[in-house]
Amino acid sequence: MGDQIIMFISQIFNGLKIGSVYSLVALGYTMVYGIIRLINFAHGDFIMVGSYVLMLTIPFIIACGLPAWLAVVPAILVCVAVGVIVEKAAYKPVREKGNNMTALITAIAMSLLLENGSQAIFGADYQTVPTIIQIPTLALGGLKIDGATILTVLLGLVIMVALQLFVKYTKQGKAMRAVSEDKEASILMGVNVNSTITLTFAIGSGLAAVASLMYCVSYPQVSPMMGAMLGLKAFVAAVLGGIGSIPGAMVGGLVIGVVESLTKAYIGTITAGVITSAFSDAIVFGILIIVLLVKPSGLMGEPESEKV
Amino acid sequence: MSEPILRAEHLGITFGGLKAVSDFNMTINAGELVGLIGPNGAGKTTVFNLLTGVYQPTEGEFFLDGRRMNGKKTYQVVRAGIARTFQNIRLFDKMTVEENVLVAFDQSFTYRLGGAIFRTPKFWRQERDMHARAIDLLRIFGLEGLANTEAANLPYGAQRKLEIARALATGMKLLLLDEPAAGMNPTETEDLLHCINVIRDRFGIAILLIEHDMSLVMNVCQRIQVLDYGRTIASGLPEEIANDPQVISAYLGAEDAGDTAEGEES
Amino acid sequence: MKKSMLSIKQSYLVCAIGVAVLFGLLMAVCETGAASLYVKGIIMTCCIAVIMTTSLNLTIGVLGQLTLGCCGFEAIGAYSAALLSKLLVANGVQMDATLRFLLVTFAGGVIACVFGILVGIPALRLHGDYLAIITLGFGEIIRVIIQNLKVAGGKGLSEGQQGQALIGIDRLANLYVVFWITVVTVVLLFMFARSRYGRAVKAIRDDEIAAGASGINITHLKVMVFAISAFFAGIAGGIFAQYIGALTPSMAGWLQSINYVIMVVFGGMGSLTGSIVAAVGLTILPELLRAFSEYRMLVYSVVLVLIMVFRPQGIFGNWEFSLPKLVNRLFYPSRVKDPGESGAATESDAVVGRAAESADDKETKA
Repeated sequence: MGDQIIMFISQIFNGLKIGSVYSLVALGYTMVYGIIRLINFAHGDFIMVGSYVLMLTIPFIIACGLPAWLAVVPAILVCVAVGVIVEKAAYKPVREKGNNMTALITAIAMSLLLENGSQAIFGADYQTVPTIIQIPTLALGGLKIDGATILTVLLGLVIMVALQLFVKYTKQGKAMRAVSEDKEASILMGVNVNSTITLTFAIGSGLAAVASLMYCVSYPQVSPMMGAMLGLKAFVAAVLGGIGSIPGAMVGGLVIGVVESLTKAYIGTITAGVITSAFSDAIVFGILIIVLLVKPSGLMGEPESEKV
Repeated sequence: MSEPILRAEHLGITFGGLKAVSDFNMTINAGELVGLIGPNGAGKTTVFNLLTGVYQPTEGEFFLDGRRMNGKKTYQVVRAGIARTFQNIRLFDKMTVEENVLVAFDQSFTYRLGGAIFRTPKFWRQERDMHARAIDLLRIFGLEGLANTEAANLPYGAQRKLEIARALATGMKLLLLDEPAAGMNPTETEDLLHCINVIRDRFGIAILLIEHDMSLVMNVCQRIQVLDYGRTIASGLPEEIANDPQVISAYLGAEDAGDTAEGEES
Repeated sequence: MKKSMLSIKQSYLVCAIGVAVLFGLLMAVCETGAASLYVKGIIMTCCIAVIMTTSLNLTIGVLGQLTLGCCGFEAIGAYSAALLSKLLVANGVQMDATLRFLLVTFAGGVIACVFGILVGIPALRLHGDYLAIITLGFGEIIRVIIQNLKVAGGKGLSEGQQGQALIGIDRLANLYVVFWITVVTVVLLFMFARSRYGRAVKAIRDDEIAAGASGINITHLKVMVFAISAFFAGIAGGIFAQYIGALTPSMAGWLQSINYVIMVVFGGMGSLTGSIVAAVGLTILPELLRAFSEYRMLVYSVVLVLIMVFRPQGIFGNWEFSLPKLVNRLFYPSRVKDPGESGAATESDAVVGRAAESADDKETKA
């Protein structure tokens, strides 16, 4: 019996680990959607970009005698650059000329571009990321908690709180909220809308780089397509939490992570083998569909409706 | 006396604790032209949204020709006989002027999917009839020459007129016009006034008009109802309204009336 | 009424002749052996792509709702047709191969259509981005479920794990039959779009609230359009299954759906001509550029972004090729630009001209 409980708790921690990665990615989706009402399909791929940067720079950084996790700095720089370029080169011109649908198609195209671009450069196969950090495992009686899990969850929480404070109290943060409320009015109030949007993309992409570090600590593999499913799940997390809401993204990410982990572990037993762990992706999307249909504004978002 | 076209009884709606409209009563008879006025944010457009099924009333009921309309969806209300125009023009931008009208004729078509696919004689007959009817309708508004123009390319005044023509095409009994003269210059307003009179005489329909242009309202409306903060503060003949102290204070904001409502029309 | 030089009946006749000529050409290259098995395969793939793209265009271009789950319905059609075909054989039902092909393909379409309605009713309550995402979600769920169905080649629910291919499907797809299915699809979609239904659907695309205020039953029409798209996706799937002979669940994935979305967007939203040209072109192009096939998606994505930036309405916008109009222009040059051309006259547009075009492209490549 005790074993079962320990097993259950460690499954929850597993879920929290991947969940906080989802959270960080979901934050990027949420911020961008909040400000320009665009699902940035390419966002998941920023993690892939970050991971490749980690893979390439870690040996160099270790050679310099520095700790490997400092590779996150170049990763952040590259991701921010990629994010801002994507916004400036593709999203902005399309936003000015087209409609929602063309913007979404552009986002999908950028995602394909990043995926196939890296495939052309690095090949389609999985490659290994060098060990980034060794954290001792925490043992509480029979329960063993991976140090990386604790670190990931804590880092996620710290970033979320910092981001929330930033958006609430700084000038740029207030500008972001203003633009997401009403773009035209913000212009009249002297907010530089373009630089605010760029800043949002930069922060979102930077968070994706941090997420890639956290992902690679636990799953040290990269491939051109790694961002696709990760991004989709993070998006589901953002919708679940309420798109546009920062705490919502955090909660949504953790919930999706835990649900996924528990599903993989227990669904077969619970449903007597009718539904198995192979369905975990379907269950994540099932959650998405139910949330969208029952409460499209998510757990913490605010409902929107068109004025007549 | 026969059943009025529209009968609204104690109609009201609450948005999250805010009473946008309350205890709204109105009767409109066939051929009547009634004005609905009030300061910005008084709830005029909300009344329109209630009467067309965009919002469902949280209290009261309304009847069209004696038929209860509560709970009906927009298209059902329209098919029953209430059509409207919008404050901010809503045309089918990428479609031609004629197509805009033909869309509203949709319920007059009786051919089904099979008829469309196999191009039955019924299909051709109806398409031809509706084309002729659409052109006739456009002629009233002087738009027949623009039948093949994309709606988005029309000048502003013509867009307003097309919206009215489209509403007429639904074959309604009651027409709701939401600030039809907004943004028009005096000549265009004059022209519009003429159109409104023509369609009322020709189709014998009832019209409910929201308008800020007081001269227009006073000129064409037989009766006027005034809303403020979602409540009816006055109703009667134009000259009575013009001299009503409550109405004047609502519009001019007399000291005891407090500030007039702020912000956009809901 | 008759402002057009050709009467409506004559226009239809011209189009019919156009298609017949194309079919003649197709027969010529096939019968004389000018077209290798490889080329015939490409023509077949083109036909499948044309059916998928034109029907998807009804949802994306005409209704203006982006869906990312079309391949889910294609997969449903494919698996249904394949399993039904196997079932008929297993039960010893004797029937003509072409008849069996038509029967199971149609059944695949109907089953996909039923799923389309089931998915569409809840999903179409959402708009824009959310609709795209929810259809993507449904598509992925369909994929995962097929992957786990024992009957579809998977190891069964109790085993879980990745599904395997469903193999041994009778390859009954005949190019001539498929050609005519494609023609019929395009004609049906054209007739639908140029009727009161098409007008109402376009009205919903332009302004949903105004469409409701014009008496259009929005939910009903949206689901209808969604169901029609799903039906033809199912038909395309059925053909695909009986052409390839083996199916894998990955065909239902959203990246496959994106492929068709790209074709629709390339060709032009709302233009059947565009869809046909894009479907045929983007099917052939990678074949011609086999050496660069690794970079196909890379190039696609770049071109897609460029199109969105510089020509968001797609290559053809909503322009339609019309064979009768072309005939008019050739034979009655002076009278073509008649002002006040009536709606009914333009109605006669190249029903088949468009289908003709599809075959046209096929020939050029063949």
